[in-house]
Amino acid sequence: MREKILYLLGLAAFVILARDIYLIARLPPEAAQGYAFKIIFFHVPSWVGAGASVATALVASVLFLITKNFIFDAAAVASTEVGVAFLSAGMVTGSLWARPIWGIWWTWDERLTTTLVLWLLYVGYLMLRHAIEEPTQRATFAAVVSIFAFIGVPIDYFSIRWWRTQHPSPVFFSSTGSFPSDWGAIMGWNILAYLLLAAVFVAVRLEQEQAQRELDSLRRLAHSF
Amino acid sequence: MDALAVEGVWRYYGDYPALRDIHLTTEPGTCLALIGRNGAGKTTLLRTIAGFARPMKGKVLILGREPRDPETRRDIGFLGHGIALYEELSALENLMLFARLYGIADPRGRALEWLEKTGLERVRDGLVREFSRGMRQRLAVGRAFLHEPQVLLLDEPFTALDDRAIAVLQRLLREARERGRTMILSTHQLREALELASHVALLNRGRVAFHGACTAEMVADPGLVYARYGEG
Amino acid sequence: MGQTTIAEAPSSVQPATRARPSLWHQVFIIIAKDLRAELRTKEAVNAALAFAIMILTLFSFAFDPAEDETKMYAGGLLWIVFAFAGTLVLNRSFARELPNDCLDALIAAPISGAVLFLGKALANYLLVMAVELVALPVFGIFYYAKWYSHFWDMMLVLALGTWAITVIGTIFSALTVNIRLREVMLPLLTYPMLVPALMASMQLTVDLVNGKSVGTDAIWLKVLASFDILYTAASLALVEIVLVG
Repeated sequence: MREKILYLLGLAAFVILARDIYLIARLPPEAAQGYAFKIIFFHVPSWVGAGASVATALVASVLFLITKNFIFDAAAVASTEVGVAFLSAGMVTGSLWARPIWGIWWTWDERLTTTLVLWLLYVGYLMLRHAIEEPTQRATFAAVVSIFAFIGVPIDYFSIRWWRTQHPSPVFFSSTGSFPSDWGAIMGWNILAYLLLAAVFVAVRLEQEQAQRELDSLRRLAHSF
Repeated sequence: MDALAVEGVWRYYGDYPALRDIHLTTEPGTCLALIGRNGAGKTTLLRTIAGFARPMKGKVLILGREPRDPETRRDIGFLGHGIALYEELSALENLMLFARLYGIADPRGRALEWLEKTGLERVRDGLVREFSRGMRQRLAVGRAFLHEPQVLLLDEPFTALDDRAIAVLQRLLREARERGRTMILSTHQLREALELASHVALLNRGRVAFHGACTAEMVADPGLVYARYGEG
Repeated sequence: MGQTTIAEAPSSVQPATRARPSLWHQVFIIIAKDLRAELRTKEAVNAALAFAIMILTLFSFAFDPAEDETKMYAGGLLWIVFAFAGTLVLNRSFARELPNDCLDALIAAPISGAVLFLGKALANYLLVMAVELVALPVFGIFYYAKWYSHFWDMMLVLALGTWAITVIGTIFSALTVNIRLREVMLPLLTYPMLVPALMASMQLTVDLVNGKSVGTDAIWLKVLASFDILYTAASLALVEIVLVG
């Protein structure tokens, strides 16, 4: 039953994505940026997916520390892994866009740099998990690191913003850019598709993590005879 | 009031329960020997009682209080596998450090007193780094006893001790018993433990398989408990 | 499972009221212990100092210290040196408790995790500060940097920046002490965490080296101070969980 729901959600995500790609492909080139602007339809949803995953990881980590229920630990690691994947996707799509528009693959602007720092933080989290054998200690320490990493998000963002800025200011919620409403609709659907994908990935990884833990405990039990 | 009350304690390593629904109560003055095979959960139980790890379900009360309560910790003495002494500090400095941490009024006097009791007064200014194995062990025993705890928790205390350290430890344990202290010791060395113990608890795969008074029969044949309750 | 108990000798052996050291006194006991143990061997401090001077030397090949432009990098360079050298001291902090299971004895003692953390962090702070205060004039000589033009401003930046390195380093030293690859894991976790604090310290130091006061970029002073406050609070709140679960 649970699996079927997951398949359905995944399928829905793919259908929406396919429709969006079709629509995006038919959009005319933008005045200043040509075709490269279309990357934004995949770039922004990556951030939304990453943000949602990382926030889920924080909530799950806090819940683990309070309840000591390992399902929250599994949720934390699953959403952190998906978050890292989406952060990577965001950086890659940003890079692909920057090359034709700015003439460079990478720039040390506020958003890219914040992302990179976050990516490093959460990769550190995943590496720490690999280095700890004992599951209770692993879950506890990882949860603490996750909380520490999340505290850093706003400080990182604002300090890097004051440091230097080259990134185009967000075209939504700001007066400088303009984004036609039908484009906005496509963006909305794409964000939904990405969020669905993130949810499916997290759910699959969570199941794997639970199974892995059960396996480890059975192995331990086998050794105790 | 019970010296120790373990009420339905569970502790897990991932999904594997290392302690399953442990219930144990001991009155003050009891000497409880925790026995069981490797991996039965003796060390985990002792560390949970000592407050190094929190139980995931159930609770531990020592003299009616939580183990993590600072007041409780003044009443606990713990002797584990490591000697818990600093190599770069002298014998006297090590004992004074712990005397201060336990809030003892005259740390130096108390430290000197215990150096004497463990036969180390002549090397009090020597660094632990330079000590022989036996000397370190005696100093470790002094460190665990120095604040005169009500409840002594000893994890495999006789393992790896040399003869002189065993003698010091046994003397101190008898003294402590006469003064009404409670002792819980996990051990493989059944004979040494059963001679001291008033009670025995056998752990088997994280459960208490047997808990009761230590009888003359058991002291005469230490294997008896295992044979009777061992692999249930 | 039989739960027999025998009534035994009376147990009314409550000792007389015991002296209770104040929290700061307990913190002081931990600081004194850590400093004494470290200063007896000076292992970590000497290594950190030698390392700092070595990196300062290596950087002189990357940037020409005589060029005017280097003044713009010098502040950043200095804090990279401090972060690297500081890690050597911080790695030892909880590692010192490992060999004989000393950490168990400290956790068993009647002090809270927060006291233990503060004591260790302050001891580390003094050690890292000492290394930095020696490295700073060396830096000034090697890179022709007038770090002393606003002396007290510089000390303020040094004090705040070093506390950031220390507080993060100490809590992560506790987290990584028992695990494989400890020496690698500590910097891997702490450096990305330290990014805002290092940025702020670098910017302020660049200003100071170029003869401006910290007032020029007061916002960075605020970033640094808020970083210190936020992470000190988080560490104090979470250290008990790190130590006993």
